[in-house]
Amino acid sequence: MPTPVPLSETATALVTALILLVPLAGAGLALINAGLGRSRSAAHAMMASLCIMAVAALAYFVCGFAWQGFAGGPGHAFAVQGKEWNWIAGERLFFRGLDLTSSRASLTALLGMLSVSVAALIPLGSGADRWRLGAACASTAVFAGLTFPLFAHWVWGGGWLASLGANYGLGRGFVDAGGSSSIQAVGGLTALSIAWILGPRRGKYTLEGVPTAIPGHNSVLVLFACLLTLMGWMGLNSAGAILFTGAETGRVALIAINTTLAATSAALAAALITRRRFGKPDASLTANGWVGGLASSSAAGAFVAPAAAVVIGLVAGVLVTLGVELFESRLGVDDPGGAISVHGVCGIWGVMAVGLFAPLPAGMLNGVAATSGADSRQWLAQLAGVAALLGFVLPLSYTLNWLLNRVYPQRVAVEGERQGMDLYELGAGAYPEFLTHTDEFTQR
Amino acid sequence: MKLVGFLLLLAGWWIVLAAIALLGFGAARAGFILAGVGVEALGLVLVVRSHQNLRGERE
Repeated sequence: MPTPVPLSETATALVTALILLVPLAGAGLALINAGLGRSRSAAHAMMASLCIMAVAALAYFVCGFAWQGFAGGPGHAFAVQGKEWNWIAGERLFFRGLDLTSSRASLTALLGMLSVSVAALIPLGSGADRWRLGAACASTAVFAGLTFPLFAHWVWGGGWLASLGANYGLGRGFVDAGGSSSIQAVGGLTALSIAWILGPRRGKYTLEGVPTAIPGHNSVLVLFACLLTLMGWMGLNSAGAILFTGAETGRVALIAINTTLAATSAALAAALITRRRFGKPDASLTANGWVGGLASSSAAGAFVAPAAAVVIGLVAGVLVTLGVELFESRLGVDDPGGAISVHGVCGIWGVMAVGLFAPLPAGMLNGVAATSGADSRQWLAQLAGVAALLGFVLPLSYTLNWLLNRVYPQRVAVEGERQGMDLYELGAGAYPEFLTHTDEFTQR
Repeated sequence: MKLVGFLLLLAGWWIVLAAIALLGFGAARAGFILAGVGVEALGLVLVVRSHQNLRGERE
């Protein structure tokens, strides 16, 4: 994989400004997780979000970046029939030896640190109302220190997935400009692992296995958070496109347009579907649709035409509404925040959308120039990435969290669920002057 | 069943890797990549079913 061209001063300033928007995505996800959970666990959800972001940033600083690296940096590779398979970066721990003065590497480290903080919040959505604070932090350390950096290296650090085009003629290699796979799908599959390991909330399913509705406690928070996520995603998608795919700075407007169109069309699709099915549009599913649209826009947002972004968003909206119902009703997975459908399913859809819609740029991408036959095989490179997500990330994430659960149980005690996470783990509720509700939703 | 499911997920991924590394351009490579993803889908179904059974036992 050739060393990328250094960034101009203008591009460096723009990327820095765009990266500084990314924490808004984290703020949005934290508010969505809190709003979709119960009122008696709201303070816990926000506290857990803050702790998770802190642990993720520190773990990434300690060893995450060393294993993620950046394109053109040192890496460990083995050869198969003369072709290199670069599987992990070879940077030093604690950012040592890194030029932290506006270099591409330092911007990659900054974007990676903020991205892993956003990605680590995703499993909190599926573990809401029952995931212990300490266990969530421990799980996050593993996620930010190993799972995320490893896959991010394969995609963004010049790893084997990015090199599939240069080495094996699979299109331009695996392409994901803004993190539909490395942030969204990795986070979503970890959310699935957490939901399986924790099991459903008490009272979520009847003895016959029929799910009961446990509505989120604050839809205002959730819907406001959607606007925050839009700003965060604009920064994430734009900065990622410039840093990881060499997109020119002039594309930022197109990326912002595509990001907005994908989110809005996904939200409208979800609102229309729920209105059609339930008689009235559902606020939480519409918000989930919005974020699902954002998640699916990340990979291809830098390349596709606005009309394609609308189609990507519409499909994401349908996937979210169907996915949430499928996981809850048919598969018995209790995911209060809809994280698996929103980030996992829509992230994978976003990855495949690159192969289906994106006319990739004419210049070099992942070390491969545009040729007439390359783009026709792009979907195979994207499919190889999806296979790695399902065949490597999901088993790895499940195994690590299962082992963690053996030494440090992740689910709160029965009493904690009954009292609420706020009182049980923090000693104070988010809304002390409000009446709290029992499991049967009758006022005490 | 859960272990078998996860092993199938891994096996499917390895089929995809082997197809990329060992087969040249053409339908065979695409076919084996699709077959690998199919094996992964089968593994995913088994893992999902095993967790459904687990939930039934808990109840």
